Amino acid sequence: MKYILMMNTTERGPYSIFNWPTKDFEAHIAYWKSLNTDLKNLGELVAVEALTGPDQAKLVRADKNGMPVTDGVFPESKEFLAGYWIIDVESPERAYEIAARASAAPGPGGVPLNMAIEVRQVMTGRRDELS
Amino acid sequence: MPPLLDTHGEHLLRELAPQVLAVVVRRFSDFAAAEDAVQEALIAASLQWPRDGVPDSPRAWLIQVASRRMTDYLRSEVARHRREAAAAMETDRLAWAAGVESDVEQDDTLILLFMCCHPVLSPSSAIALTLRAVGGLTTREIANAFLVPEATMAQRISRAKQSIKASGVPFNMPDAMERAERLMSVLHVLYLIFNEGYSGSIGSDLQRRDLANEAIRLTRAVHHLLPDNGEVAGLLALMILTDARRRARTGPEGELIPLDKQDRTLWDQKAISEGVALISLTLSRGSIGSYQLQAAIAAVHDEAARAQDTDWTQILALYGLLRRISDNPMVTLNYAIAAAMVHGPSTGLKLLEALDADSRLAGHYRIDAVRAHLFEMAGDQQRAIAYYQAAARRTTSIPERDYLTTKVTRMNEDSLE
Repeated sequence: MKYILMMNTTERGPYSIFNWPTKDFEAHIAYWKSLNTDLKNLGELVAVEALTGPDQAKLVRADKNGMPVTDGVFPESKEFLAGYWIIDVESPERAYEIAARASAAPGPGGVPLNMAIEVRQVMTGRRDELS
Repeated sequence: MPPLLDTHGEHLLRELAPQVLAVVVRRFSDFAAAEDAVQEALIAASLQWPRDGVPDSPRAWLIQVASRRMTDYLRSEVARHRREAAAAMETDRLAWAAGVESDVEQDDTLILLFMCCHPVLSPSSAIALTLRAVGGLTTREIANAFLVPEATMAQRISRAKQSIKASGVPFNMPDAMERAERLMSVLHVLYLIFNEGYSGSIGSDLQRRDLANEAIRLTRAVHHLLPDNGEVAGLLALMILTDARRRARTGPEGELIPLDKQDRTLWDQKAISEGVALISLTLSRGSIGSYQLQAAIAAVHDEAARAQDTDWTQILALYGLLRRISDNPMVTLNYAIAAAMVHGPSTGLKLLEALDADSRLAGHYRIDAVRAHLFEMAGDQQRAIAYYQAAARRTTSIPERDYLTTKVTRMNEDSLE
Protein backbone atom coordinates (compact mmCIF):
# COMPACT_ATOMS: atom_id res chain seq x y z
CA MET A 1 0.00 0.00 0.00
CA LYS A 2 1.17 3.47 -0.83
CA TYR A 3 1.36 6.40 1.54
CA ILE A 4 2.32 10.00 1.16
CA LEU A 5 4.24 11.55 4.05
CA MET A 6 4.00 15.31 4.02
CA MET A 7 6.38 17.44 6.02
CA ASN A 8 5.62 21.06 6.82
CA THR A 9 8.15 23.76 7.60
CA THR A 10 8.75 24.07 11.35
CA GLU A 11 6.78 26.55 13.38
CA ARG A 12 9.96 28.56 13.81
CA GLY A 13 9.60 29.52 10.17
CA PRO A 14 10.96 28.04 6.97
CA TYR A 15 14.25 29.91 7.11
CA SER A 16 15.19 29.51 10.78
CA ILE A 17 17.76 26.97 9.55
CA PHE A 18 20.08 29.85 8.59
CA ASN A 19 20.68 30.46 12.29
CA TRP A 20 21.72 26.92 13.11
CA PRO A 21 25.34 26.00 13.79
CA THR A 22 26.99 24.61 10.62
CA LYS A 23 27.60 21.17 12.08
CA ASP A 24 23.94 20.84 13.06
CA PHE A 25 22.83 21.85 9.58
CA GLU A 26 25.20 19.29 8.09
CA ALA A 27 23.93 16.58 10.45
CA HIS A 28 20.37 17.48 9.45
CA ILE A 29 21.15 17.06 5.73
CA ALA A 30 23.05 13.81 6.37
CA TYR A 31 19.99 12.50 8.25
CA TRP A 32 17.75 13.01 5.19
CA LYS A 33 20.27 11.39 2.90
CA SER A 34 20.52 8.31 5.06
CA LEU A 35 16.72 8.07 5.44
CA ASN A 36 16.27 8.25 1.67
CA THR A 37 19.05 5.76 1.01
CA ASP A 38 17.51 3.31 3.48
CA LEU A 39 14.04 3.61 1.95
CA LYS A 40 15.51 3.09 -1.49
CA ASN A 41 17.53 0.06 -0.43
CA LEU A 42 14.48 -1.48 1.25
CA GLY A 43 12.50 -1.07 -1.96
CA GLU A 44 9.98 1.18 -0.22
CA LEU A 45 10.72 4.52 -1.86
CA VAL A 46 8.45 5.60 -4.70
CA ALA A 47 9.29 9.29 -4.79
CA VAL A 48 10.83 11.96 -2.65
CA GLU A 49 10.87 15.65 -3.40
CA ALA A 50 12.06 18.72 -1.56
CA LEU A 51 10.23 21.92 -2.41
CA THR A 52 11.66 25.40 -2.83
CA GLY A 53 10.80 27.86 -0.06
CA PRO A 54 7.53 29.77 0.17
CA ASP A 55 9.09 33.02 -1.19
CA GLN A 56 7.67 32.43 -4.63
CA ALA A 57 4.69 30.26 -3.65
CA LYS A 58 1.44 31.27 -5.27
CA LEU A 59 -2.16 30.18 -4.90
CA VAL A 60 -3.78 30.04 -8.30
CA ARG A 61 -7.47 30.07 -9.18
CA ALA A 62 -9.19 30.40 -12.53
CA ASP A 63 -11.29 33.51 -13.06
CA LYS A 64 -14.61 33.35 -14.90
CA ASN A 65 -12.76 33.25 -18.24
CA GLY A 66 -10.60 30.38 -17.10
CA MET A 67 -7.55 32.65 -16.85
CA PRO A 68 -5.16 32.17 -13.91
CA VAL A 69 -5.43 34.57 -11.00
CA THR A 70 -2.52 34.32 -8.61
CA ASP A 71 -2.44 35.11 -4.92
CA GLY A 72 0.73 35.42 -2.84
CA VAL A 73 3.53 35.83 -1.71
CA PHE A 74 2.52 34.77 1.80
CA PRO A 75 3.91 35.79 5.17
CA GLU A 76 6.82 33.68 6.36
CA SER A 77 5.04 32.75 9.57
CA LYS A 78 2.62 30.56 7.66
CA GLU A 79 3.30 26.84 7.60
CA PHE A 80 4.20 25.45 4.21
CA LEU A 81 4.75 22.04 2.70
CA ALA A 82 8.51 21.62 2.65
CA GLY A 83 8.69 18.26 0.94
CA TYR A 84 7.13 14.83 0.70
CA TRP A 85 7.82 11.14 0.32
CA ILE A 86 5.67 8.60 -1.43
CA ILE A 87 6.37 5.15 -0.05
CA ASP A 88 5.11 1.70 -0.86
CA VAL A 89 4.99 -0.38 2.33
CA GLU A 90 3.43 -3.53 3.77
CA SER A 91 1.37 -1.93 6.52
CA PRO A 92 0.19 1.37 7.93
CA GLU A 93 2.40 0.70 10.96
CA ARG A 94 5.47 0.72 8.73
CA ALA A 95 4.34 4.05 7.24
CA TYR A 96 4.01 5.52 10.75
CA GLU A 97 7.43 4.17 11.65
CA ILE A 98 9.00 5.94 8.67
CA ALA A 99 7.04 9.11 9.45
CA ALA A 100 8.37 9.03 13.00
CA ARG A 101 11.91 8.69 11.73
CA ALA A 102 11.38 11.72 9.47
CA SER A 103 9.80 13.63 12.33
CA ALA A 104 12.82 13.04 14.56
CA ALA A 105 15.30 14.74 12.18
CA PRO A 106 17.91 16.54 14.27
CA GLY A 107 17.71 20.30 14.71
CA PRO A 108 20.00 22.76 16.50
CA GLY A 109 22.21 20.99 19.02
CA GLY A 110 21.17 17.66 17.50
CA VAL A 111 17.84 17.80 19.38
CA PRO A 112 15.07 16.04 17.41
CA LEU A 113 12.72 18.52 15.74
CA ASN A 114 9.70 16.21 16.14
CA MET A 115 7.89 17.90 13.28
CA ALA A 116 4.33 16.87 12.47
CA ILE A 117 4.35 14.59 9.44
CA GLU A 118 0.99 14.14 7.79
CA VAL A 119 0.45 10.54 6.67
CA ARG A 120 -2.23 9.81 4.06
CA GLN A 121 -2.87 6.63 2.17
CA VAL A 122 -2.68 7.03 -1.60
CA MET A 123 -5.72 5.68 -3.44
CA THR A 124 -5.33 3.06 -6.13
CA GLY A 125 -6.94 2.54 -9.50
CA ARG A 126 -7.45 -1.15 -8.69
CA ARG A 127 -10.96 -2.57 -8.46
CA ASP A 128 -11.23 -4.90 -5.51
CA GLU A 129 -13.76 -7.21 -7.14
CA LEU A 130 -12.17 -10.38 -5.83
CA SER A 131 -11.94 -9.42 -2.20
CA MET B 1 17.92 -12.57 -15.55
CA PRO B 2 19.29 -12.83 -19.11
CA PRO B 3 22.98 -12.03 -19.65
CA LEU B 4 23.72 -8.36 -20.31
CA LEU B 5 25.60 -6.82 -23.18
CA ASP B 6 29.17 -5.89 -22.22
CA THR B 7 30.48 -2.34 -22.48
CA HIS B 8 32.03 -2.99 -25.86
CA GLY B 9 28.74 -4.27 -27.22
CA GLU B 10 26.88 -1.32 -25.76
CA HIS B 11 29.26 1.15 -27.39
CA LEU B 12 28.89 -0.67 -30.67
CA LEU B 13 25.09 -0.42 -30.49
CA ARG B 14 25.16 3.27 -29.70
CA GLU B 15 27.58 3.94 -32.48
CA LEU B 16 25.53 2.03 -35.02
CA ALA B 17 22.16 3.42 -33.92
CA PRO B 18 22.16 6.62 -36.03
CA GLN B 19 23.64 4.86 -39.07
CA VAL B 20 21.01 2.15 -38.98
CA LEU B 21 18.22 4.65 -38.42
CA ALA B 22 19.30 6.74 -41.40
CA VAL B 23 19.28 3.70 -43.67
CA VAL B 24 15.83 2.65 -42.51
CA VAL B 25 14.42 6.18 -42.83
CA ARG B 26 15.74 6.41 -46.39
CA ARG B 27 14.31 3.06 -47.25
CA PHE B 28 10.83 3.61 -45.83
CA SER B 29 10.64 7.42 -45.68
CA ASP B 30 8.72 7.42 -42.41
CA PHE B 31 10.95 8.85 -39.70
CA ALA B 32 8.58 8.26 -36.78
CA ALA B 33 7.92 4.60 -37.53
CA ALA B 34 11.55 3.95 -38.51
CA GLU B 35 12.73 5.36 -35.22
CA ASP B 36 10.46 2.97 -33.32
CA ALA B 37 11.63 0.05 -35.45
CA VAL B 38 15.30 0.84 -34.79
CA GLN B 39 14.64 1.17 -31.07
CA GLU B 40 13.09 -2.30 -31.14
CA ALA B 41 16.05 -3.66 -33.09
CA LEU B 42 18.47 -2.20 -30.52
CA ILE B 43 16.53 -3.81 -27.68
CA ALA B 44 16.45 -7.12 -29.58
CA ALA B 45 20.23 -6.89 -30.06
CA SER B 46 20.86 -6.21 -26.38
CA LEU B 47 18.87 -9.34 -25.54
CA GLN B 48 20.14 -11.68 -28.26
CA TRP B 49 23.80 -10.75 -28.72
CA PRO B 50 24.89 -11.66 -25.19
CA ARG B 51 23.32 -15.11 -25.73
CA ASP B 52 24.19 -15.81 -29.38
CA GLY B 53 27.28 -13.65 -29.76
CA VAL B 54 27.69 -10.46 -31.78
CA PRO B 55 26.86 -11.19 -35.45
CA ASP B 56 29.57 -10.88 -38.10
CA SER B 57 28.03 -7.75 -39.51
CA PRO B 58 26.21 -6.14 -36.59
CA ARG B 59 25.16 -3.21 -38.73
CA ALA B 60 23.49 -5.38 -41.38
CA TRP B 61 21.87 -7.42 -38.58
CA LEU B 62 20.31 -4.31 -37.05
CA ILE B 63 19.18 -2.98 -40.43
CA GLN B 64 17.57 -6.30 -41.23
CA VAL B 65 15.76 -6.59 -37.90
CA ALA B 66 14.58 -2.97 -38.04
CA SER B 67 13.44 -3.38 -41.65
CA ARG B 68 11.54 -6.51 -40.75
CA ARG B 69 9.77 -4.59 -37.99
CA MET B 70 8.99 -1.85 -40.49
CA THR B 71 7.58 -4.37 -42.95
CA ASP B 72 5.44 -5.89 -40.19
CA TYR B 73 4.25 -2.44 -39.27
CA LEU B 74 3.41 -1.60 -42.87
CA ARG B 75 1.62 -4.92 -43.33
CA SER B 76 -0.55 -4.19 -40.35
CA GLU B 77 -1.41 -0.89 -41.96
CA VAL B 78 -2.52 -2.72 -45.10
CA ALA B 79 -5.95 -3.43 -43.71
CA ARG B 80 -6.48 0.27 -43.29
CA HIS B 81 -4.61 1.71 -46.20
CA ARG B 82 -4.18 -1.07 -48.68
CA ARG B 83 -2.95 1.03 -51.55
CA GLU B 84 -0.48 3.15 -49.64
CA ALA B 85 1.02 0.15 -47.95
CA ALA B 86 1.42 -1.66 -51.21
CA ALA B 87 3.43 1.24 -52.52
CA ALA B 88 5.58 1.20 -49.41
CA MET B 89 6.21 -2.52 -49.74
CA GLU B 90 7.34 -1.93 -53.27
CA THR B 91 9.78 0.72 -52.08
CA ASP B 92 10.99 -1.74 -49.50
CA ARG B 93 11.57 -4.42 -52.12
CA LEU B 94 13.44 -2.03 -54.38
CA ALA B 95 15.58 -0.79 -51.52
CA TRP B 96 16.54 -4.32 -50.57
CA ALA B 97 17.50 -4.98 -54.14
CA ALA B 98 19.81 -1.99 -53.99
CA GLY B 99 21.77 -3.73 -51.27
CA VAL B 100 22.59 -2.94 -47.69
CA GLU B 101 25.89 -1.14 -48.01
CA SER B 102 25.09 1.13 -50.91
CA ASP B 103 22.84 3.43 -48.94
CA VAL B 104 25.40 4.43 -46.32
CA GLU B 105 26.09 8.09 -46.21
CA GLN B 106 28.79 9.85 -44.30
CA ASP B 107 26.57 12.64 -43.09
CA ASP B 108 23.78 10.47 -41.72
CA THR B 109 24.51 11.31 -38.12
CA LEU B 110 24.51 14.98 -38.99
CA ILE B 111 21.23 14.82 -40.91
CA LEU B 112 19.65 13.02 -37.98
CA LEU B 113 20.96 15.61 -35.55
CA PHE B 114 19.60 18.42 -37.70
CA MET B 115 16.25 16.69 -37.61
CA CYS B 116 16.16 15.90 -33.90
CA CYS B 117 17.34 19.38 -32.91
CA HIS B 118 14.95 21.16 -35.22
CA PRO B 119 13.77 24.54 -33.90
CA VAL B 120 10.12 23.39 -34.11
CA LEU B 121 10.86 21.23 -31.06
CA SER B 122 11.05 22.46 -27.48
CA PRO B 123 14.49 21.93 -25.90
CA SER B 124 13.27 19.08 -23.67
CA SER B 125 11.74 17.26 -26.66
CA ALA B 126 14.85 17.81 -28.77
CA ILE B 127 17.05 16.47 -25.99
CA ALA B 128 14.96 13.32 -25.53
CA LEU B 129 14.69 12.62 -29.25
CA THR B 130 18.41 13.22 -29.85
CA LEU B 131 19.39 10.84 -27.07
CA ARG B 132 17.17 8.12 -28.47
CA ALA B 133 17.49 8.51 -32.24
CA VAL B 134 21.14 9.59 -32.42
CA GLY B 135 22.48 8.43 -29.08
CA GLY B 136 20.85 5.00 -29.26
CA LEU B 137 19.71 5.16 -25.63
CA THR B 138 16.53 3.37 -24.66
CA THR B 139 13.47 5.26 -23.50
CA ARG B 140 13.98 3.72 -20.06
CA GLU B 141 17.56 4.97 -19.83
CA ILE B 142 16.51 8.47 -20.83
CA ALA B 143 13.59 8.41 -18.40
CA ASN B 144 15.92 7.31 -15.60
CA ALA B 145 18.35 10.09 -16.35
CA PHE B 146 15.63 12.72 -16.14
CA LEU B 147 13.80 11.04 -13.25
CA VAL B 148 10.45 10.87 -14.98
CA PRO B 149 8.30 7.77 -15.52
CA GLU B 150 9.13 5.78 -18.65
CA ALA B 151 5.62 6.32 -20.05
CA THR B 152 6.06 10.09 -19.75
CA MET B 153 9.36 10.00 -21.62
CA ALA B 154 7.90 7.71 -24.28
CA GLN B 155 5.08 10.18 -24.82
CA ARG B 156 7.50 13.12 -25.01
CA ILE B 157 9.49 11.33 -27.71
CA SER B 158 6.40 10.33 -29.60
CA ARG B 159 5.05 13.88 -29.56
CA ALA B 160 8.40 15.19 -30.74
CA LYS B 161 8.25 12.86 -33.72
CA GLN B 162 4.70 13.98 -34.48
CA SER B 163 5.86 17.62 -34.49
CA ILE B 164 8.60 16.75 -36.94
CA LYS B 165 6.14 14.92 -39.14
CA ALA B 166 3.66 17.82 -39.00
CA SER B 167 6.32 20.37 -39.84
CA GLY B 168 7.27 18.42 -42.96
CA VAL B 169 11.02 18.58 -42.32
CA PRO B 170 12.56 16.52 -45.11
CA PHE B 171 15.16 13.86 -44.34
CA ASN B 172 18.09 15.38 -46.10
CA MET B 173 20.91 17.82 -45.57
CA PRO B 174 19.65 21.41 -45.22
CA ASP B 175 21.12 23.79 -47.79
CA ALA B 176 24.26 25.74 -46.95
CA MET B 177 22.34 28.84 -45.91
CA GLU B 178 20.21 26.99 -43.41
CA ARG B 179 22.93 24.63 -42.28
CA ALA B 180 24.88 27.15 -40.19
CA GLU B 181 21.78 28.18 -38.30
CA ARG B 182 20.62 24.60 -37.76
CA LEU B 183 24.07 23.61 -36.59
CA MET B 184 23.78 26.21 -33.83
CA SER B 185 20.59 24.56 -32.54
CA VAL B 186 22.33 21.18 -32.64
CA LEU B 187 25.24 22.53 -30.61
CA HIS B 188 22.83 24.15 -28.18
CA VAL B 189 21.00 20.86 -27.59
CA LEU B 190 24.30 19.03 -27.07
CA TYR B 191 25.36 21.76 -24.66
CA LEU B 192 22.09 21.34 -22.73
CA ILE B 193 22.56 17.56 -22.53
CA PHE B 194 26.06 18.06 -21.16
CA ASN B 195 24.86 20.65 -18.67
CA GLU B 196 22.05 18.42 -17.51
CA GLY B 197 24.57 15.68 -16.86
CA TYR B 198 27.19 17.92 -15.36
CA SER B 199 25.27 20.30 -13.17
CA GLY B 200 21.81 18.79 -13.01
CA SER B 201 20.40 18.87 -9.52
CA ILE B 202 18.36 15.71 -9.83
CA GLY B 203 19.17 12.05 -10.06
CA SER B 204 22.06 10.02 -8.79
CA ASP B 205 25.55 10.91 -9.97
CA LEU B 206 25.86 7.77 -12.00
CA GLN B 207 22.81 8.44 -14.14
CA ARG B 208 23.75 12.05 -14.68
CA ARG B 209 27.31 11.21 -15.63
CA ASP B 210 26.02 9.09 -18.48
CA LEU B 211 24.41 12.19 -19.95
CA ALA B 212 27.66 14.17 -19.82
CA ASN B 213 29.50 11.25 -21.45
CA GLU B 214 26.82 10.95 -24.09
CA ALA B 215 26.99 14.68 -24.89
CA ILE B 216 30.77 14.44 -25.29
CA ARG B 217 30.48 11.36 -27.48
CA LEU B 218 27.91 12.99 -29.78
CA THR B 219 29.86 16.26 -29.98
CA ARG B 220 32.97 14.26 -30.84
CA ALA B 221 31.03 12.64 -33.66
CA VAL B 222 29.96 16.05 -35.00
CA HIS B 223 33.54 17.32 -34.70
CA HIS B 224 34.71 14.29 -36.65
CA LEU B 225 32.25 15.14 -39.44
CA LEU B 226 32.96 18.89 -39.40
CA PRO B 227 36.60 19.12 -38.28
CA ASP B 228 37.02 22.66 -39.61
CA ASN B 229 34.09 24.18 -37.77
CA GLY B 230 35.48 26.33 -34.95
CA GLU B 231 32.37 26.36 -32.80
CA VAL B 232 31.99 22.57 -32.92
CA ALA B 233 35.63 22.21 -31.84
CA GLY B 234 35.05 24.93 -29.25
CA LEU B 235 32.06 23.16 -27.73
CA LEU B 236 33.90 19.85 -27.64
CA ALA B 237 36.90 21.48 -25.95
CA LEU B 238 34.60 23.25 -23.49
CA MET B 239 32.96 19.95 -22.51
CA ILE B 240 36.27 18.11 -22.19
CA LEU B 241 37.88 20.88 -20.12
CA THR B 242 34.86 21.17 -17.83
CA ASP B 243 34.44 17.44 -17.47
CA ALA B 244 38.12 17.12 -16.53
CA ARG B 245 37.25 18.60 -13.10
CA ARG B 246 34.45 16.12 -12.50
CA ARG B 247 36.08 14.15 -9.70
CA ALA B 248 37.02 17.28 -7.76
CA ARG B 249 33.77 19.15 -7.92
CA THR B 250 31.75 17.13 -5.42
CA GLY B 251 32.66 15.88 -1.98
CA PRO B 252 32.04 12.40 -0.56
CA GLU B 253 28.45 13.30 0.43
CA GLY B 254 27.68 14.81 -2.97
CA GLU B 255 28.30 18.31 -1.64
CA LEU B 256 29.33 21.01 -4.06
CA ILE B 257 32.96 22.14 -4.01
CA PRO B 258 33.59 25.49 -5.75
CA LEU B 259 36.44 25.86 -8.23
CA ASP B 260 38.79 27.68 -5.84
CA LYS B 261 38.42 24.97 -3.16
CA GLN B 262 38.84 21.92 -5.41
CA ASP B 263 41.69 19.45 -4.98
CA ARG B 264 43.32 20.05 -8.34
CA THR B 265 45.32 16.85 -8.18
CA LEU B 266 41.99 15.10 -8.88
CA TRP B 267 41.63 16.89 -12.20
CA ASP B 268 42.05 14.67 -15.25
CA GLN B 269 45.33 15.88 -16.77
CA LYS B 270 44.96 13.80 -19.90
CA ALA B 271 41.59 15.39 -20.64
CA ILE B 272 43.01 18.83 -19.90
CA SER B 273 45.86 18.29 -22.38
CA GLU B 274 43.40 17.14 -25.02
CA GLY B 275 41.06 20.09 -24.45
CA VAL B 276 43.86 22.66 -24.34
CA ALA B 277 45.40 21.30 -27.55
CA LEU B 278 42.04 21.34 -29.29
CA ILE B 279 41.11 24.88 -28.31
CA SER B 280 44.61 26.23 -29.01
CA LEU B 281 44.57 24.75 -32.50
CA THR B 282 41.08 26.12 -33.14
CA LEU B 283 41.87 29.63 -31.93
CA SER B 284 45.12 29.67 -33.90
CA ARG B 285 43.02 29.46 -37.08
CA GLY B 286 41.66 32.88 -36.25
CA SER B 287 38.04 31.91 -35.83
CA ILE B 288 36.09 33.19 -32.88
CA GLY B 289 32.79 32.27 -31.31
CA SER B 290 31.00 31.90 -28.04
CA TYR B 291 31.85 28.23 -27.39
CA GLN B 292 35.48 28.78 -28.35
CA LEU B 293 35.79 31.68 -25.91
CA GLN B 294 34.15 29.70 -23.13
CA ALA B 295 36.54 26.83 -23.85
CA ALA B 296 39.48 29.22 -23.72
CA ILE B 297 38.30 30.44 -20.30
CA ALA B 298 37.93 26.86 -19.07
CA ALA B 299 41.47 26.18 -20.33
CA VAL B 300 42.90 29.11 -18.35
CA HIS B 301 41.25 27.75 -15.18
CA ASP B 302 42.44 24.21 -15.88
CA GLU B 303 46.03 25.31 -16.45
CA ALA B 304 46.37 26.91 -13.01
CA ALA B 305 48.00 24.45 -10.63
CA ARG B 306 46.59 26.37 -7.64
CA ALA B 307 43.53 28.65 -7.48
CA GLN B 308 45.77 31.64 -6.66
CA ASP B 309 47.78 31.00 -9.85
CA THR B 310 44.70 31.64 -12.04
CA ASP B 311 45.40 34.19 -14.76
CA TRP B 312 42.37 36.38 -14.06
CA THR B 313 43.62 39.17 -16.36
CA GLN B 314 43.36 36.79 -19.28
CA ILE B 315 39.98 35.52 -18.13
CA LEU B 316 38.72 39.09 -17.84
CA ALA B 317 39.90 39.82 -21.39
CA LEU B 318 38.17 36.68 -22.69
CA TYR B 319 34.89 37.53 -20.94
CA GLY B 320 35.24 41.03 -22.41
CA LEU B 321 35.34 39.50 -25.91
CA LEU B 322 32.47 37.18 -25.07
CA ARG B 323 30.41 40.15 -23.90
CA ARG B 324 30.90 41.79 -27.27
CA ILE B 325 29.55 38.85 -29.26
CA SER B 326 26.87 37.63 -26.87
CA ASP B 327 24.07 39.51 -25.19
CA ASN B 328 23.73 37.03 -22.34
CA PRO B 329 23.37 38.43 -18.82
CA MET B 330 25.20 35.35 -17.43
CA VAL B 331 28.26 36.53 -19.35
CA THR B 332 28.06 39.93 -17.68
CA LEU B 333 27.77 38.15 -14.35
CA ASN B 334 30.96 36.20 -14.97
CA TYR B 335 32.65 39.30 -16.36
CA ALA B 336 31.86 41.02 -13.06
CA ILE B 337 33.50 38.20 -11.10
CA ALA B 338 36.63 38.33 -13.26
CA ALA B 339 36.73 42.13 -12.95
CA ALA B 340 36.51 41.78 -9.18
CA MET B 341 39.41 39.31 -9.17
CA VAL B 342 41.55 41.74 -11.18
CA HIS B 343 40.46 45.17 -9.95
CA GLY B 344 38.84 44.41 -6.59
CA PRO B 345 35.30 43.67 -5.38
CA SER B 346 33.93 47.21 -5.69
CA THR B 347 34.50 47.13 -9.47
CA GLY B 348 32.60 43.86 -9.66
CA LEU B 349 29.75 45.13 -7.51
CA LYS B 350 29.42 48.19 -9.71
CA LEU B 351 29.13 46.01 -12.83
CA LEU B 352 26.41 43.95 -11.17
CA GLU B 353 24.21 47.03 -10.80
CA ALA B 354 23.64 47.00 -14.56
CA LEU B 355 22.11 43.52 -14.21
CA ASP B 356 19.47 44.56 -11.69
CA ALA B 357 17.55 46.23 -14.49
CA ASP B 358 17.80 43.16 -16.75
CA SER B 359 14.50 41.31 -16.57
CA ARG B 360 16.07 38.10 -17.93
CA LEU B 361 18.03 37.62 -14.74
CA ALA B 362 15.78 39.47 -12.27
CA GLY B 363 15.43 37.46 -9.08
CA HIS B 364 17.89 34.80 -10.23
CA TYR B 365 19.79 33.33 -7.32
CA ARG B 366 23.12 33.63 -9.16
CA ILE B 367 23.10 37.43 -8.91
CA ASP B 368 22.58 37.20 -5.15
CA ALA B 369 25.25 34.52 -4.84
CA VAL B 370 27.83 36.53 -6.78
CA ARG B 371 26.98 39.70 -4.88
CA ALA B 372 27.36 37.79 -1.61
CA HIS B 373 30.74 36.51 -2.72
CA LEU B 374 31.95 39.99 -3.67
CA PHE B 375 30.75 41.50 -0.36
CA GLU B 376 32.57 38.69 1.40
CA MET B 377 35.72 39.56 -0.57
CA ALA B 378 35.24 43.20 0.44
CA GLY B 379 35.00 42.18 4.11
CA ASP B 380 31.35 43.25 4.48
CA GLN B 381 30.17 40.21 6.46
CA GLN B 382 26.63 41.40 7.16
CA ARG B 383 25.72 42.10 3.54
CA ALA B 384 27.44 38.93 2.41
CA ILE B 385 25.32 36.87 4.83
CA ALA B 386 22.13 38.60 3.69
CA TYR B 387 22.85 37.89 0.01
CA TYR B 388 23.98 34.31 0.59
CA GLN B 389 20.69 33.83 2.41
CA ALA B 390 18.69 35.36 -0.43
CA ALA B 391 20.50 33.09 -2.91
CA ALA B 392 19.85 29.99 -0.78
CA ARG B 393 16.15 30.85 -0.69
CA ARG B 394 15.93 31.27 -4.44
CA THR B 395 17.95 28.40 -5.85
CA THR B 396 16.10 25.32 -7.06
CA SER B 397 19.19 23.13 -6.76
CA ILE B 398 19.57 21.12 -3.56
CA PRO B 399 23.42 20.99 -3.65
CA GLU B 400 23.50 24.75 -4.29
CA ARG B 401 21.04 25.37 -1.47
CA ASP B 402 23.13 23.30 0.93
CA TYR B 403 26.34 25.01 -0.15
CA LEU B 404 24.85 28.50 0.21
CA THR B 405 23.22 27.67 3.55
CA THR B 406 26.54 26.40 4.89
CA LYS B 407 28.13 29.70 3.79
CA VAL B 408 25.51 31.51 5.90
CA THR B 409 25.90 29.35 9.00
CA ARG B 410 29.73 29.49 8.81
CA MET B 411 29.77 33.26 8.46
CA ASN B 412 27.26 33.58 11.31
CA GLU B 413 29.60 31.53 13.49
CA ASP B 414 32.64 33.57 12.46
CA SER B 415 30.87 36.83 13.25
CA LEU B 416 30.12 35.58 16.78
CA GLU B 417 33.73 34.69 17.53
